[in-house]
Amino acid sequence: MSSSPSASPRVGLFVTCLVDLFRPSVGFAAVKLMEDAGCTVEVPAAQTCCGQPAFNSGDRKDAREIAEQVIRAFEPYDYVVAPSGSCAGMLKKHYPELFEDDPQAHERAENFAEKVHELVSFLTDVLGVKSVDAAFRGSVTYHDSCSGLRELGVKDQPRKLLKTVAGLEIKEMRDPDVCCGFGGTFCVKYPDISNKIVSQKTDTVRETGAGTLLAGDLGCLMNMAGKLKREGSAIEVRHVAEVLAGMADGPAIGEKAKG
Amino acid sequence: MEIKSPTFKDNSAEALKDVNLQKALGKVRTGFIDKRAKAAEALPEFEDLRDRARDIKDHVLDHLDLYLERYTEKVEAAGGHVHWAETAEDARNQIMEICRRLNARTVTKGKSMITEEIGLNEFFEENGVTPVETDLGEYIIQLRGEHPSHIIAPAVHVTKDQVEEEFRAKHTHLDPNRNLEEPTTLLGEARAVLRQKYFDADVGITGANFLIAETGTSIIVTNEGNGDLTQTLPKAHIVVASIEKIVPTLEDVSQILRVLARSATGQDMSVYTTFSTGPKRDDDPDGPGEYHVILLDNGRSSMLGSDYQEMLRCIRCGACMNHCPVYHAVGGHAYGWVYPGPMGAVLTPSLIGVDKSGHLPNASTFCGRCEAVCPMRIPLPKMMRHWREREFERNLNSATVRYGLGVWAYFAKRPSLYQFMTGLSMRALGLLGRTKGRFGSLPLAGGWTKYRDLPAPEGKTFQQQWAERQKTKQREAA
Ligand code: SF4
Repeated sequence: MSSSPSASPRVGLFVTCLVDLFRPSVGFAAVKLMEDAGCTVEVPAAQTCCGQPAFNSGDRKDAREIAEQVIRAFEPYDYVVAPSGSCAGMLKKHYPELFEDDPQAHERAENFAEKVHELVSFLTDVLGVKSVDAAFRGSVTYHDSCSGLRELGVKDQPRKLLKTVAGLEIKEMRDPDVCCGFGGTFCVKYPDISNKIVSQKTDTVRETGAGTLLAGDLGCLMNMAGKLKREGSAIEVRHVAEVLAGMADGPAIGEKAKG
Repeated sequence: MEIKSPTFKDNSAEALKDVNLQKALGKVRTGFIDKRAKAAEALPEFEDLRDRARDIKDHVLDHLDLYLERYTEKVEAAGGHVHWAETAEDARNQIMEICRRLNARTVTKGKSMITEEIGLNEFFEENGVTPVETDLGEYIIQLRGEHPSHIIAPAVHVTKDQVEEEFRAKHTHLDPNRNLEEPTTLLGEARAVLRQKYFDADVGITGANFLIAETGTSIIVTNEGNGDLTQTLPKAHIVVASIEKIVPTLEDVSQILRVLARSATGQDMSVYTTFSTGPKRDDDPDGPGEYHVILLDNGRSSMLGSDYQEMLRCIRCGACMNHCPVYHAVGGHAYGWVYPGPMGAVLTPSLIGVDKSGHLPNASTFCGRCEAVCPMRIPLPKMMRHWREREFERNLNSATVRYGLGVWAYFAKRPSLYQFMTGLSMRALGLLGRTKGRFGSLPLAGGWTKYRDLPAPEGKTFQQQWAERQKTKQREAA
């Protein structure tokens, strides 16, 4: 099903489990950005998680069943968009891989995968959004989350849009493309190693002198925010969509509500 | 070599506390990466060359028997001998037989990971033969009684000060007040000490970066030239190589060489690329009297046609570990066997069994940087995941992990139930964490909160709020 170019594209928002549970405001920021760009956004109820915990733990059977459930729920839409490079990467790159032994299911997964996008690259690359109507006072540094960067090629897109946010200054960190040490279950399975990696990341974040750290994946953000808070840092951590949508006035990740 | 992979967690905890190691690892994090990036950028056809290199090796792996046969014929036609070794033990025995026949007491060695794999040095020592490592890095770790921690920079875990200390302790015949400040003086000293050993050695052993089927030639690439002396001066040159080192032609090799050094050290070419075909001919000015090739399988043929076949494209450039955040954090020894880093995480389970090395493919964040730089385009994360699947199929994960995953999957496959449950618990958690916005500790989240706070959820889930928003909209519309 596809709409004519003039009609408003129908987007199914894949909320992602972390945004759903921990930071719904990112979901609403995503909805606003896409609605502002002329999309009709819907949120299918039959979604939970993209299945990465199973897939990356070697549990292919459960991963497949979850993939089937997601594909079924999102098939009616023109586009499937997630505010996460990691989950979008799972839907786009790994779902087809899960059905390699079943030509019919594989084709279905391939067709589905074609419609899947990470939020910011969807705005710029598909919808052609060149600027956002938002303001932000202060400097930010942007961390390239691994899957978004390497599976989906998300790198310039968020920076381009951030540059159009009034009052915002970007201060690049050293090695923004180096992993933050989250890695899904990795961070709880190998906490010592994960801690070493995230400590190096927060060092580079602090070096920039930026007041806010942004990224496009809540997993990485919670990891880095959790470390910065433990270190007693005042740097605020937010999902890039919050800033782009002009919705960065609530408490940052890991901060208490003001007042 | 003793397998210490099962204690990967303890090994890495030790590594993280090791001040010298952590200092040494800093070099890996910066040096190699910048150099590779510059080299790749300076060559416009670099990405195309990677594709071609991959295709060449894929072709070989699909016709491996044919090329091995051709190679063997050519080696023998040049007066060399090929010995097929199915296991590490076979290889050790074949090497020992040659050494015994030649009455070898001292054996010089060029840098080779394959002789680590077959545990050759220990075996030599048990049998009264003295192995002398001639590569500077290998020489350093031999003095220290260690194994390589990196496949192209074996002593990368050692600081310069530690090398100086070791040299002063072991080279007692030299002036104790000599100046060893500069890395070049260290290299000079090692060279001087080694010089005599080249002449003392009865047998020289090298690995091979490539074996050329068309000509029966073995190739090594080095930066110190030690390999050349190792293989030309003694009575016999023994090449130890695994079966997947074969490439069809000289032309193919020159393609792959163009990506090898660039990916490894950022050099256009290594300083020495040495081709050896057979023993010394009558009109050659020098060369070994005998030329032997030990062709080692050691589990590789079982990787053909499996999920891990692509791993056999590996040319041991080390780029994957140079770019690996886990390797940067813990270094190579923590992996507990011969091959560290991402390539080790895939290869080790193939060679020694996933039951002994299950941590290796699990200890990855799947950041994908290894695959992004691998000159042979080996999908390392995908193959690590395949190992996790094997573990899962064989029930090798801990009961807690399986149970946790089972409960999670049960809910993840039942969206309404999932939303009901998560709606309740996130509200509770949100209320609990409201005063600070985060948790310093939380039951069942110890792995997380040991080192970092857990950001508290905002309260109601997105799904709950979205449903409310839809209801309000409908009401307004009505
Ligand atoms: S896996 Fe790739 S990057 Fe790693 S050593 Fe082998 S060829 Fe090099």
